Amino acid sequence: MAIPVSSIDPPTQLTKREQRAAYLKALLGTLQANVPAAVALEDLRAQAAAIAHEHTFPTTRDEDWRFTDLSAMLSVPFQAMPAAPEVDAGVLAAIEMPEAIARIVLVNGQFSAELSDLAQLPAGVVVGNLAALQTGAMADQLTARLAQSSGGHDLFTALNTVGFPAAAVVWVSRHQVIEQPIHVVYLSVDGGTPTVTSPRCVVVAETGSALTLVEDFYGTHNQAQFNNSVTEVWADENAQVTHVRLQREGLGTFHIGKTAITQGRDSRYTIIPVSLGAQVSRHNLEMHQTGPQTDTNLYGLAAISQSQLADTHSLIAMNHPHGTAEQLHKCIVDDAAHTVFNGKVWVPHNAQLTNTSQLNRNLLLSNKARVDTKPELDIVADNVKCAHGATVSQLDANEVFYLQSRGISAEAAQRLLIYGFAMDIIDRIPVSSLQETLMATVTQRTQ
Amino acid sequence: MINENSKVILSVRDLQATVDGTTILKGVNLEVKAGEVHAIMGLNGSGKSTFSKVLAGHPDYEVTGGEIQFQGADISELEPHDRATAGIFLAFQYPLEIPGVSNRDFLRVAFNAHRKSRGEDEMDVFDFDDLIEEKLAVVKMDAAFLDRSVNEGFSGGEKKRNEILQMALLEPSLAILDETDSGLDIDALKTVAGGVNQLANADNAVVMITHYQRLLNYIVPDYVHVMADGRIITTGGKELAERLEAEGYEDIMAAYTAGAAV
Repeated sequence: MAIPVSSIDPPTQLTKREQRAAYLKALLGTLQANVPAAVALEDLRAQAAAIAHEHTFPTTRDEDWRFTDLSAMLSVPFQAMPAAPEVDAGVLAAIEMPEAIARIVLVNGQFSAELSDLAQLPAGVVVGNLAALQTGAMADQLTARLAQSSGGHDLFTALNTVGFPAAAVVWVSRHQVIEQPIHVVYLSVDGGTPTVTSPRCVVVAETGSALTLVEDFYGTHNQAQFNNSVTEVWADENAQVTHVRLQREGLGTFHIGKTAITQGRDSRYTIIPVSLGAQVSRHNLEMHQTGPQTDTNLYGLAAISQSQLADTHSLIAMNHPHGTAEQLHKCIVDDAAHTVFNGKVWVPHNAQLTNTSQLNRNLLLSNKARVDTKPELDIVADNVKCAHGATVSQLDANEVFYLQSRGISAEAAQRLLIYGFAMDIIDRIPVSSLQETLMATVTQRTQ
Repeated sequence: MINENSKVILSVRDLQATVDGTTILKGVNLEVKAGEVHAIMGLNGSGKSTFSKVLAGHPDYEVTGGEIQFQGADISELEPHDRATAGIFLAFQYPLEIPGVSNRDFLRVAFNAHRKSRGEDEMDVFDFDDLIEEKLAVVKMDAAFLDRSVNEGFSGGEKKRNEILQMALLEPSLAILDETDSGLDIDALKTVAGGVNQLANADNAVVMITHYQRLLNYIVPDYVHVMADGRIITTGGKELAERLEAEGYEDIMAAYTAGAAV
């Protein structure tokens, strides 16, 4: 049962600006009203609420949201729920990952002990729920990390911090090397009414450790939902993190997700974010460097169709010398779908000898598909190498003919070309079951 | 090898074709029987390459007259992949690069498309790997080529060898080689020609399109045709190619123009 909050039906005399203010206020209200006592975190949440109060609900007149129109949200009175609906364990069969050594599941943002599988964790690794861990030996360590990443000034990140009802914690101790992936599942289920969910995750790879993480946003329904997630990743000195972020939510979902990464000296971080689902999705990816010689790799893929929108905003913020960053972001856009890419690279004076490259490649499968792409390089340091580029293309008729001339049907030829386009992203996912599933999904959609 | 009694593989009659409204082929006639090797020569713009693409069914070209009979059936309405599985193979002048698709996967998908069209089961990955290893020997290719993306970063010679590898795998009844020799150094040319010679037999036929007589020293044609202005204007044996090499196209063209003017 939702705790009722003040009505957000705007009286007709309100201006649009006032409507947005009222909507944001109602959203804040329902989030605050449903924070469980076990994770009250009063100071943290009060700070976040103060940040949220400084914002207005974004419109396409805000540069950051120019191509991503959230106005459709305003007519949906999303409510936070104090508990998640009951879920049958069978629902996870579709996303089972046999390679995983552990699975933690949040259902509509709430921790589910029943669906999680944490029995086989090796020594030196903690995977669990914040509410339980914060009262134990890790309390101080968690306080030092939770909501301490850069990027907390962002409205939606602040809203998540105001309202997250649970947090998945993945913690790898110094020099521990975990080869099998840890599966963090964010299950979105139909709560009967339009629900706002606030999944939260904190990932810490301590000095010298290695970790493979698969975050999986999986929706089982196409009803209206607002999923506002935040994941903080800390790759400490010389740590190595490989991170797959898979977003396959239902077509009624507004998905706004933050991945905030803090990289220590000599650390190596690779993320493969894949966006397939949601009606409107926005992934805000931020990497902040706290020491020299970090290595950062971002290999993104968005494959969408119908009237979906997938927006990726990335920020690579260097602040120390000898850092390297490589970004390749690919989009496959079918029907009347729309992808947005904004890739910012920030290289201040301190970040000498930085070497970055950024490439956004887009494949349009329909005449109505749309792509907006914007590299944004902000370079102050004078001894750096920073390349960027963007391409937009369609399937090449001559390539299709070449394949056809070998006996492959036009349809299969197109699928093979899409496969080839997606392959150099999907190939980098270090989980073969996931590679197979994704390849089938990506090549299937043009049939 | 000419054998009057062997069956007709390709019969083209008065073939006319246009691209973007421009008529390129203006009445091509050609008959190819099993076991034969034909060479089609001609200057740039004579319609040689267009002819090869029309035979393979390139969608940019529209057949506006005449007919193409392949093994007794009219194929001018068939999709390119149906022509391929029926037994027509075009070795491209400029083979395309397909990034992200390994040569091995491409070859297997193509091979299995042929099997499927014959109602056979697809060959599994392991049996296919054995088969393709055998075929690699035909063009002296290293197995490492199989795991690279199709033609991506291949040298000119490697691309052409890859075309002949596909021919070796798909075993077409009619192989059309569109300037397979152009741009090849002599070693690569020998390798490619050697591959074609191994594959040519009494049941299939080869049509080579070329600028240069040099190729014909390695793949000896039974017939040489000269194409000009969208037609085959004269046909002879290997000696015609030698004459062209020695004298150029001028005399033949002049004779044709004089004839056409009448």
